[in-house]
Amino acid sequence: MRKTFWLVSLLVVVSLVLAACGSPAATEEAAAPAAEPEAAAGPAGFGSTLATVKERGSLICGANSQVPGFGFVDADGNFSGIDVDYCRALAAAIFGDAAKVEFRPVTAAERFTALQSGEIDVLSRNTTWSLARDTELGGNFTSTTFYDGQGMMVPVDSGITSLEGLEGGTICVQTGTTTELNLADVMASLGISYTPAVFEDADSTFGAYAESRCDAVTTDKSGLVSRRAVLADPAAHVILDVTMSKEPLGPMVRHGDDQWFDIAQWTVFAMIAAEEYGITSANVDEVKSSATNPEILRLLGVEGDMGLKLGLSNDWAYNIIKLVGNYEEVYNRSLGPDTPTYIPRGLNSLYTDGGLLYAPPVR
Amino acid sequence: MQRVEKQKTTIPFWRDERILGVLGQAIFVFVVLFVGWLIYQNMKAGLAKQGITLSYSFLKGISGFDIAESLFAYNRSSSYWQAYLAGLLNTLSVSIVGVIFATILGVVLGVARLSTNFIINRLAAFYLELIRNLSLLVFLIFWYLGVFLKLPLVNEAIIWPGDIILSNRGVGIPWGIPTASFPTFRLILLAGFIFALIVFFSLLAYSRRTGRAPLTSLWTLAAFLLVGLTGWFALPEKPLVLDLPFVKGLNLSGGKILSPEFMALTSGLVLYTSAFIGEVVRAGIVSVSKGQVEASRALGLNGFQTLRLIVFPQAMRVIIPPLTSQYLNLIKNSSLAIAVGYPDVFYVSNTIQNQTGRAVEMISMVMLTYLIFSLITSVFMNWYNQKIKLVER
Amino acid sequence: MTAMKPTLPPLTERSNVLRWLRRNLFGSWMDALLTILGALIVYWVVKGFLTWALVTADWRVVAANMRLLMIGQYPIAQAYRLWIGLAFLMFLSGNSLGIWARQSRFGPVLLLAPALLALLPFGAEPRKWLIILTVTGLAGWGLGLLRPEVLKRSVIAGWVISLPIFILLTRGFSESASGFMPAVQTNLWGGLLLTFLLTVVGILFSFPIGVLLALGRRSELPVIRLASVGYIELVRGVPLITILFMAQLMLPLFLPPNVTIDRVLRAMVGITLFSAAYLAENVRGGLQAIPKGQFEAAHALGLNGAQTMIFIILPQALRLIIPILVGQFIAVFKDTALVAIVGLLDLVGIARTVLAQPEFLGRQREVYAFISLIYWLLSYGMSYLSQQLEERLGVGKR
Repeated sequence: MRKTFWLVSLLVVVSLVLAACGSPAATEEAAAPAAEPEAAAGPAGFGSTLATVKERGSLICGANSQVPGFGFVDADGNFSGIDVDYCRALAAAIFGDAAKVEFRPVTAAERFTALQSGEIDVLSRNTTWSLARDTELGGNFTSTTFYDGQGMMVPVDSGITSLEGLEGGTICVQTGTTTELNLADVMASLGISYTPAVFEDADSTFGAYAESRCDAVTTDKSGLVSRRAVLADPAAHVILDVTMSKEPLGPMVRHGDDQWFDIAQWTVFAMIAAEEYGITSANVDEVKSSATNPEILRLLGVEGDMGLKLGLSNDWAYNIIKLVGNYEEVYNRSLGPDTPTYIPRGLNSLYTDGGLLYAPPVR
Repeated sequence: MQRVEKQKTTIPFWRDERILGVLGQAIFVFVVLFVGWLIYQNMKAGLAKQGITLSYSFLKGISGFDIAESLFAYNRSSSYWQAYLAGLLNTLSVSIVGVIFATILGVVLGVARLSTNFIINRLAAFYLELIRNLSLLVFLIFWYLGVFLKLPLVNEAIIWPGDIILSNRGVGIPWGIPTASFPTFRLILLAGFIFALIVFFSLLAYSRRTGRAPLTSLWTLAAFLLVGLTGWFALPEKPLVLDLPFVKGLNLSGGKILSPEFMALTSGLVLYTSAFIGEVVRAGIVSVSKGQVEASRALGLNGFQTLRLIVFPQAMRVIIPPLTSQYLNLIKNSSLAIAVGYPDVFYVSNTIQNQTGRAVEMISMVMLTYLIFSLITSVFMNWYNQKIKLVER
Repeated sequence: MTAMKPTLPPLTERSNVLRWLRRNLFGSWMDALLTILGALIVYWVVKGFLTWALVTADWRVVAANMRLLMIGQYPIAQAYRLWIGLAFLMFLSGNSLGIWARQSRFGPVLLLAPALLALLPFGAEPRKWLIILTVTGLAGWGLGLLRPEVLKRSVIAGWVISLPIFILLTRGFSESASGFMPAVQTNLWGGLLLTFLLTVVGILFSFPIGVLLALGRRSELPVIRLASVGYIELVRGVPLITILFMAQLMLPLFLPPNVTIDRVLRAMVGITLFSAAYLAENVRGGLQAIPKGQFEAAHALGLNGAQTMIFIILPQALRLIIPILVGQFIAVFKDTALVAIVGLLDLVGIARTVLAQPEFLGRQREVYAFISLIYWLLSYGMSYLSQQLEERLGVGKR
C-alpha cells in the first residue's frame, strides 16, 4: 500500500498511452497555426481565422438543421437552405470550391460558445443581430442576409385574429432565443396574460404545437412559414398579421479578426451586387468576357485587385456566383415560389425594388 | 532477513518511502495546481475576448423572459436571481412529490415481488425488469409526448370520478382555496404539530423506561389529526373551500391545474425510481432471516407485531443506505426536466445562460445547488441511519 | 418414458393443477381478490398493448428510417465497414459461447437472431450482411466447440482489441475521400452506432481512471486521498446532464485557443469523467472485500506494494465485482441518451429529427416505443449474459 504512488503514476502512464492509441478521432487540429503579422494586435490564435481555414482545407460552418428553407438536413444527411448556401458561398470565395465546407449543426443554446471557442469559423444559423450579441456575446454580425420579424401562428379554427385573442392562452416558444424575450416584452406592454410553454429546439416546439399543447406558436415569420409547410395540414394554420419585432438575420463571426469579418461580410455583398448587376451562375462567364461596366469588372476580378485586398484570390466573387449563385438564385432555391417554404421577397428585395438589400460599391 | 535489515539502515533517500510519499504528493499538488492555473488562464483569456469577466452581479438584472410555472409571482421584470429561485422551487416540488409517491409505489412493488400469489409476484417481477432496463430519458419523453400530450383536447377532456379532468393542456384536480380563517387554521396546525411532537417524545421516553413498544407513530399521527380536525370543525368558517376544476374556453380553470410537463416529469420519475426502490425493499425484507420470524412467532408475537417489531427494524437497516442513493438519484434525475420542457432549476439556468452567455457562472451555480441537495440528503439519511443502528445496540 | 406411463390419469393431473392453483392463487380470500385484480391488470395491459401495437400503430416511420436510427448520417457507401466490425464481434461472441457456454441452449439462438432479423423487410444489402453475421457467428461457435483450449487465449486477445478495431473501422484511415476507407467525421456518427460508441469509449476510459481513483481513495497519502474523495463525491453529487453541459460549453473555454475537440469527443470526455467516479466506488467495494491476509501473504512472499496490488489484489477485487461492473456498463449505456439534450444525434437525438419529418408527424409513440425496445433488449441482454457468465465463472463463490 505504501507504494501506491508508484502504482498511481504507472497507471497514469498506461492510461495516457491507452488514451493516445485508442482515440484516433481525437485531435483534429491540435497544432496552432502561426499567427499572421496583422493579427498581432489580438491575443494569440485570433485574427488568423483565414490562415487556419486555409490550412485545414475546409470551412467549418455552424448551421441549423431544423428549419426548412434556412438550414435543414434531410433524411439522406444533405444540408439545404439559404443560411447553408451562404457558407458554401464563403467556401467558394476562399477555396474556389463550394464543397469545401463542413457543417456542424449547433443548437440555439450552444451556438455562441461554439463560435467563441473556435469550434466553428462562422455562425450562419438564422441568428438575430442585436446589440447584446454584438458586444456581450463576443460576436460580430456581418450583414443581414434575411430581414425578418417575429410572428404568431394559430390554428384557423381557434378564431383568433389578434394577439389580444390569446388572453389567458398558452404559447409555445423556443428557449434561448430573442423570440422568447420579445414575446414577454410584447405581451407585457399589451397587458395580455399568457402561459409560455418553453422548449429546447424547434422540433420540440412545433411538435408540441402540432399536438395542440399550445394555443399559438411564435418565432420569426420565415420560420413560421417554413414550419407551417411541413405541418400535417398547412391550411389549418394561419399566421397572424402582426409583427412583434424586427429580426435581421445574418452570419456572425468572432470578435477580433477584422480580415475574416471583411471576407464574411463581402461574401454577402458580392451575392447582392451580382443580383443587382444581373449576373447569375448561368451567365457569369459570358458577363466576365463581355462586360464593360468597371464595377462589374472589379467585382469579377477582371480589373483591379479587390480579392487580394481581402486576402483572397482575385476571382473570389466570380467563384461565389459561378458555384453558388447570386442572392436571388440562392433565395429562390430555398424560399422561392417553387418551394414548399415559399416566402415573398418583401423587405428582402433589392433597394431598387423597394427592399432593403444594398451592397456598397466594390472599389 | 538480515539483508533486509541492512538495506533498511542504509536506504538511500530516493528509495525511502516516506520521502517519496511526501515528494509524490508535492508533485501531485504542483501538477494539479499547474493544470488548474492553465485552465484558469485559458478561460480568462477566452472570456476576456468576449469582454466578460467572471462575476455573479448579472443576477440582479432584469430577466426579460417568462416562466411557465412558478410557486411565487414571477414576470419578465423579475431578476435573473428570482428566475433561478423559481426554478429551484420547481425542482424541490417535483423532488418532494416524486420521493413520496416513489416510496409508496416502491414499497408496494417490493412486497408484491415477495408475494406468494403467483400472478402478483410475476406482475411485479415483470414491471421491475421492464423499467430497470429502460433509459430514463426515453421513458420521460415517452410519457410526455406519448401519453400526456396525446390526451384529448380540452373540449373532449376525459373526466374521472372525483372531478379529475384529463386533457392535453394538463390535469385538473380539486384543490382547496384558503379563506379568511386559513391563517388561524395554520396556527392550529402548528399547535397540533407541537402536540404531536410532545406525544412522540413522551411515548419514546415511556418505551425506554418500561421496555414496552407502544405504537408511537400511530399515536403521534392521531394526536396531530385530533388537533387538526378539531380546529377544522371548530372554526366558524371552513379554512379551505373545495375548488373544482372546469373547462373554460380553450383551457382548464379552477382547482389545481397540473401541466403536462409536470405530470410527465413526476410520473416518469416516480414509475422509474419506484422500480429501483422496489428492488431495495425486497432485498431488505429478504435480508431478515426466516429464523427471526419463526423465533418471534415462538415468542407469541402475532403477524403484525412480528412485522413491526422484528422484521421492519432489521430490514430498515439494510434498506436505508441504498434508499438514500435512490432518493438522490431521483433529485438529480429531475434535471431531465429540460427534455419535457418543465422549468426546473437546470432548465431555467440554461435559459439564463442562453440569454446572458454566462455559461461558467450558471453551470457552477447549478452544480453547487445539486451538491447542496446531495449533502443535505446524505447528512439527514446518515443521521437517521445512525439512529436506527442505535436501536440495534 | 411414454411406454412406462401409457395413460396419465386425468384426475391426478387436474388435481395437480388445482393444488397449484390453490396454493399459488387462491390461498385465502385476500389472495383470491389479489389474483382477480392481477388478472384484470394483465388482461387490460396485454389487450391495450396488443391492440395498439398491431392495429393502431403505424410502424412505417420506423421502417423508413431504420438506417437513420441505426447509423445516423454515416455514409451508406461506407456502411460495410460497420458490418465487418459487427461480423468480427459476432465471431468472437460465437467463439466465446462455444468455449465457455457449451451446454447453453441460449447461445445458438442468439447467433441465429441476425438471420431472423433478415426476414424483416430491410432491403437486399442489410439482409445479405445479417446472414453473413449469423454465418460468422456460427462459424465461431463451431470452432469454439471443436478447439476450446487452443482458442481460449486468442479469443480473449480478440475481445481486448475488438473495440479499438471497431472504432478504427468506424473512423476510417485515409484523409482523402478517394483513398482506402476514407475518414468519416464524427459529426456524421449517429443513431445506435453513436450510442454504442459513446458507451464503449465511456466504459473503456473510465475504467483505468476509476481504478486509480479507488486506489487513491484508499491511499495513505493524505493529499492523494483527499483529491480522490473530493473528485468522487463532487461528481456523484451532480447530475450527468450538468457534466455534459460543462463538457460541451466550458471545455472549449478551458483549452488554449486553436485547440478544438469536436462535440462527440467532448461528450465522450463528459461521460468518461462521470462514469469514472461511480466505477471508483464499485472498485473500492471490491478492494474492501479482499481479506487482509492476502496483503500480508503477498508481502511475506516479498512482493512490494505495486506488485501486490497489480498481481494479487486487483485481479481478485475486479473478479468479485464483475456483476456490479456489468451493472455500471448498463447504466452508462442508458445514460448516453442524455447526449441528445446537448444536441448530439444518438439514438434519442436521431429519433427527434425523424419525428420532424413532415410525413411522420405525430408518430412519437411508435418511434419512442421502438427505441425503448432497443434499450431494453440490449440492457436486458447484457444483464442476462452477465448472470450466465457469473454462474460459469463461479464469481463470488471462491
